[in-house]
Amino acid sequence: MKDYLVLRVIFKLLIPFIILFAIYVLFHGDFGPGGGFQAGVIAAAAIIFYAIIFGLPDARTVVPDRLAEAMIAAGVLLYAGVGVAGLLLGGNYLDYFVLARDPVHGEERGIFWVEAGVFITVSGVMLKIFYMFASRGQDVEDA
Amino acid sequence: MIAQHFPILQVVLPLMAAPLMVLLRRGAPAWLLAVIVSWTGLFISLSLLAQVADGSVISYAIGSWPPPWGIEYRIDRVNAFVLVLVSLIAAVVVIYSRASVAAELPAHQHYLFYSLFALCLAGLLGIAATGDAFNLFVFLEISSLSSYALIALGRDRRALMASYQYLIMGTIGATFYIIGVGLLYLMTGTLNMADMAQRLAGVTEVRAVLAALAFITVGICLKLALFPLHLWLPNAYAYAPSAVTAFLAATATKVSVYVLLRFYYSIYGESAIFYALPMGQILLLLSLAAMFIASAIAIIQSDLKRLFAYSSVAQIGYITLGISFDSVTGLTGGIVHLFNHALTKGALFMLLGCFALRLGRIRFDNIGGIARVMPFTSFGIVLGGLSLIGAPGTAGFISKWYLVLAALESGQWWIALAIMLSSLLAVVYVWRFVEAAYFREPDAKTAQLKEAPLEMLVPALLMIAACFYFGLDTTLTVDGAARAAQTLLQGIR
Amino acid sequence: MTIAGHFSYWITIFLAIAGLYIVIARGNLIKKLVGLGIFQTSVYLLYIVPGKLIGGTAPIIAEQYGLYSNPLPHVLILTAIVVGVATLALGLALVVRIREAYGSIEEDEILDLDKTPVFPNTATSKPA
Repeated sequence: MKDYLVLRVIFKLLIPFIILFAIYVLFHGDFGPGGGFQAGVIAAAAIIFYAIIFGLPDARTVVPDRLAEAMIAAGVLLYAGVGVAGLLLGGNYLDYFVLARDPVHGEERGIFWVEAGVFITVSGVMLKIFYMFASRGQDVEDA
Repeated sequence: MIAQHFPILQVVLPLMAAPLMVLLRRGAPAWLLAVIVSWTGLFISLSLLAQVADGSVISYAIGSWPPPWGIEYRIDRVNAFVLVLVSLIAAVVVIYSRASVAAELPAHQHYLFYSLFALCLAGLLGIAATGDAFNLFVFLEISSLSSYALIALGRDRRALMASYQYLIMGTIGATFYIIGVGLLYLMTGTLNMADMAQRLAGVTEVRAVLAALAFITVGICLKLALFPLHLWLPNAYAYAPSAVTAFLAATATKVSVYVLLRFYYSIYGESAIFYALPMGQILLLLSLAAMFIASAIAIIQSDLKRLFAYSSVAQIGYITLGISFDSVTGLTGGIVHLFNHALTKGALFMLLGCFALRLGRIRFDNIGGIARVMPFTSFGIVLGGLSLIGAPGTAGFISKWYLVLAALESGQWWIALAIMLSSLLAVVYVWRFVEAAYFREPDAKTAQLKEAPLEMLVPALLMIAACFYFGLDTTLTVDGAARAAQTLLQGIR
Repeated sequence: MTIAGHFSYWITIFLAIAGLYIVIARGNLIKKLVGLGIFQTSVYLLYIVPGKLIGGTAPIIAEQYGLYSNPLPHVLILTAIVVGVATLALGLALVVRIREAYGSIEEDEILDLDKTPVFPNTATSKPA
């Protein structure tokens, strides 16, 4: 779809807002509907749109396969790391209350980092699934 | 200070190792990490077993949310025993897996294999450690999903279909389980197993609670491959990579048996299951069917991995037979057999993996005379087969001894006879291997084969040696199982 | 409590049976997965529906509200949905690979292909 000038221009304008919206949903998850899962999907959608309009190879230069795979792992590690941090600070595993001096602040901090972990993993997974299925279809057609 | 966190570290260490391996992206460091994690896990599980040996219960509240509101990890003598079993098998298989995986999988998949292995291990340990019925479902799915992927890594394209069928059956099983838990949650308003047991006391005849029992029983029996629900198992074991077969055969079904025990004895209580309902008779019937029919099917297999897979179905029948007696001796027999069979089958599948390394598919028509060229592997399989039959001096004898005792105790002498008769069927299929490996002339292709590498042979033969050790010295196994059986019969209170 | 009063349970049961029937009766691997999805969805309903109280609100304690819905089933089912999505993704990935290996996604055709031995020693060489 590289030839559609309108699509390309409008879409380039939209990308920053989509990513911004993803981050908004992530941060707003503390107070209202939203959270890491939804934010991750929205962020991945920006890249997937990019791939649909500019082609898979271009998208792969923006977010390489290796980065997507690393994101999957890093998010899970971040989540589990929050748990271990609670453990090291003297609480039980996944104990948010010890993460800051004030238990309520600790809870907020803990939930935020867990959501951030979910955000990273979910966007990584979405991208990876898209890459895998999209590239597979092309291989079959080429053969 | 760190020791108080052992219940969670047991599960979280492999769970965190899995993404780390993906970040490492190399087979060798991933393997090293897997070794470190599994051996640390073995140490943790042994120390947990020592802590609960006096009958105490360790309760660990995740996130410091006190049970029954938060998720509780609850270690008693039953699941400490299962944790030791799973981490022991993992620790041995991971050493063995390096050479086996290097031969069977392309190099770029190695780190993914170890990552999936660690995930599967974390799931199985989590099932055993958790005291929360819904958390158990999540771990059940973690271990199942990773094992579907592990099975699909097999070289044969049939591995894909086997994995798909396992996925369908396994998901139906897990969904049945979750329907059962949902009904229990509706009736009791809690998901904590200990809390649930208290609230269910006296109301187990309510229809919704009985429906929950039916759903949970069928769901878990799908997972543990009790006889008519075993259809996924033979193909999954036969076409998976060798290390995967050895690990899953020794652990996955055993952990499901634990879940069944937990629900029957700790949550519903034995009086509700075995006096008010005919669950004992149903289990007995299905176990006997498994012992005879699955053994008979095993005899006519031409593929050795399938043969031993059907033998697994038969051996699971012995375990559930022990449960069906509803007595300390019977339960002890069942739990000891859980441990002994895991050792024996793990060792046998590891040795079959040694054959697979040299042969590819292992069929009776291509292993003729293989004992001449691979003497240690062949002899190991014969010894393992003896334990499977239950020859005196082997671990298999100990567990069958307790099962026979339990049968006689309950006055059903014909069951004791059935146990011995079905062991004769095991003699037949083990003899088929002996006949092919020892009494046939090797053909030209077989004669050129070499013995398997030491790093695969040593762990496998150590497991075989363990079968004999636990056949002579039963302090760890029988005492541990007897204590677990007493804990179960006391109920969770 | 009449039959109509339990209509949510009837929907749950209908979905569960319909899903399970599709899994058992259909030979197409994708359709089987669809059936599995419907079956799992029925469980979501089983959990979610009793958590809702008519007139109940989100469990954020405030003076003007006295009736709250139970949030726990939602959390549980959020987890179950993620598990279901993962299962479906893995199942579909397997079907893609089965299609590449066999050239078919019909169960009976695949089983026929497996029955006829291609080579005596197919195990060592994986079809591309």
